[in-house]
Amino acid sequence: MPQSPMSVEELKRMAATIRCDIIEMVHIAGSGHPGGSLSATDIVTALYFRVMRVDPKNPDWPDRDRFILSKGHACPVWYAALAERGYYDKSHLGTLRQLNSILQGHADMLKTPGVDMTVGSLGQGFSAGLGMALSGKLRKKDYHVWVVIGDGEMQEGAVWEAAMAGAKWKLDNLTTILDLNGLQNDDFVDDIMPIHPVPDKWRAFNWHVIEIDGHNMDEVVSALETAKTIKDKPTIIVAHTVKGKGVSFMENVAAWHGQAPTVEQMDQALAEICQQVGR
Amino acid sequence: MATGMDRLETSVYHHVRPEIISALAANLDDPFAEVEKQPTRYAYAEAIIELGERNPDVVVLDADVAKSIKTHEFAQRFPERSFNFGIAEQNMMAAAAGMATTGLIPYASTYAVFATMRALDQVRNSIHYPGLNVKIAASHGGITPGPDGVTHQAQEDLSIMRSIANSTVIAGADSPSTKLAVWAAAEWDGPVYLSFTRDPVPFLFDLDYPFEIGKAVTIREGTDATIIANRDIVCQSLIAAERLARKGVSVRVIDCHTVKPLDVETILQAAEETGAIVTGESNVINGGLGSAVAEVLVENFPIPMKRIGVRDVFAESGPYLEVIKKYGVSSEHIVDAVEEVVARKG
Ligand SMILES: Cc1ncc(C[n+]2csc(CCOP(=O)(O)OP(=O)(O)O)c2C)c(N)n1
Ligand SMILES: [Mg+2]
Repeated sequence: MPQSPMSVEELKRMAATIRCDIIEMVHIAGSGHPGGSLSATDIVTALYFRVMRVDPKNPDWPDRDRFILSKGHACPVWYAALAERGYYDKSHLGTLRQLNSILQGHADMLKTPGVDMTVGSLGQGFSAGLGMALSGKLRKKDYHVWVVIGDGEMQEGAVWEAAMAGAKWKLDNLTTILDLNGLQNDDFVDDIMPIHPVPDKWRAFNWHVIEIDGHNMDEVVSALETAKTIKDKPTIIVAHTVKGKGVSFMENVAAWHGQAPTVEQMDQALAEICQQVGR
Repeated sequence: MATGMDRLETSVYHHVRPEIISALAANLDDPFAEVEKQPTRYAYAEAIIELGERNPDVVVLDADVAKSIKTHEFAQRFPERSFNFGIAEQNMMAAAAGMATTGLIPYASTYAVFATMRALDQVRNSIHYPGLNVKIAASHGGITPGPDGVTHQAQEDLSIMRSIANSTVIAGADSPSTKLAVWAAAEWDGPVYLSFTRDPVPFLFDLDYPFEIGKAVTIREGTDATIIANRDIVCQSLIAAERLARKGVSVRVIDCHTVKPLDVETILQAAEETGAIVTGESNVINGGLGSAVAEVLVENFPIPMKRIGVRDVFAESGPYLEVIKKYGVSSEHIVDAVEEVVARKG
């Protein structure tokens, strides 16, 4: 089944490939969410190519680790990672958001192999991950559940309902990664509805907190691997990230939350990403 | 055999823009490809600024989709009367209820899925049960958000809102009538639900459109059957009516922008005068406009009728016009339905 886990250097190159896929697919679709896809790319890459126990040829394997991108609008990063990992052919990436595609505007577990939960309404994927972790405990399974949430998403009350429950049931088989990119749809999170102090809030909810630079692949890998060893508590990895990471004109710009690049913008973005990995 | 141009009688139309009438005369494959279009959410964003100028009690509440709906323009104009709650629709709705108790007129804006489903408990128990004067301004109504897919397509919004006691439910067909609805809602004492389109629809009318909450408008005369539609399906109904005209079937078209309170009088008059009815909406067939009209007919004047709407299925991502075709609510489906009910008249 699994390919051997990638080295950090290989992961960096894979992340660059996935960033290119994201840019191309959103361009072709003509709509979609590049900013939050790019901020989560290093995390999702490390999970699929090193940390998670999955088998692309057997996406429904009951003992697989579960992954949920609760900030479901960023599904281009998920779709690209699944294609690169071999769940389906890369040609599907060009069909994003088109009629009859397996790649819906927000991820759909009935249509896309490897998608463990239907998402798109913010705050719900996190609770679904909690449910999967509870089942794992009940049935004495050793799979791990990984959930990525957004910092805007953290404003949903339901996130805090799940946070309380995760601590109550001591779900050490659940790890949440917070993509702390500082932006939401309308503007900076600090201007729309401040959420700080983030690590203190999660500590107060009795979660184990690890803070990292979400674009430093060494830190990403080591945090994910550490999270699996923490006992009797769920872990949240607070990943400081940059929305639009890797594309200069998209970085930290609210407008790139949900907008497709033009051909010229795509070409520039692809060139910049290649340059960063020396290609 | 008469050509389309000969048959097209401008006099059968009421309040429909001349550009629309000539577009229908020129080409029935995709008549509105070139006409001016706009998502009705933007009409709301424009109307609310004008309303804000006139009425200092009007406040706008957002839940992190202000840039999508364009209510951030209201926020720029009236920063002190604009409140962005972040991604927290439930908090926004109950807070709107609280504001209304003090005499403010809150327009709480988000996408229809989140307004009518995520925050439904607040909408029912804190807004409608106490009858508070909150206006719920919901974009992405019906299956109008094509590319975003099912999680953002509120194909149930009209049904859900219609089922709540004390509710008033409006889904305007175009931008001018939507503006009039936004203004009329401010004069209406009590909760009003306004459903807007995410995707662009043609400007069908002008601002002199006789918009009145609870009064359906006959926008095309006809004698053989009536199409009663709302929101984005009104323009599809005009295309269908013109196609049928070329086949010799005379069809009345009614813009039933207010799903509740329903204009029973206009519906029964159409039933008596044309003898067959088809409803059209990009909402599910259960509980929306089609159900409302069926209830009136069955209890008062049963005649051949058919509902066009989404039939017990979730739609999917795709370009809006392709999505409504695949899910059975485009002009072709309306034409077939009218032919069926006319045949059943016997
Ligand atoms: C319940 C809900 N409300 C609103 C939206 C619309 N929406 C989609 S993405 C988004 C902003 C998300 O911000 P964040 O969680 O920070 O994601 P990121 O910055 O990583 O893209 C909003 C408001 C939604 N999908 N779900
Ligand atoms: Mg964010």
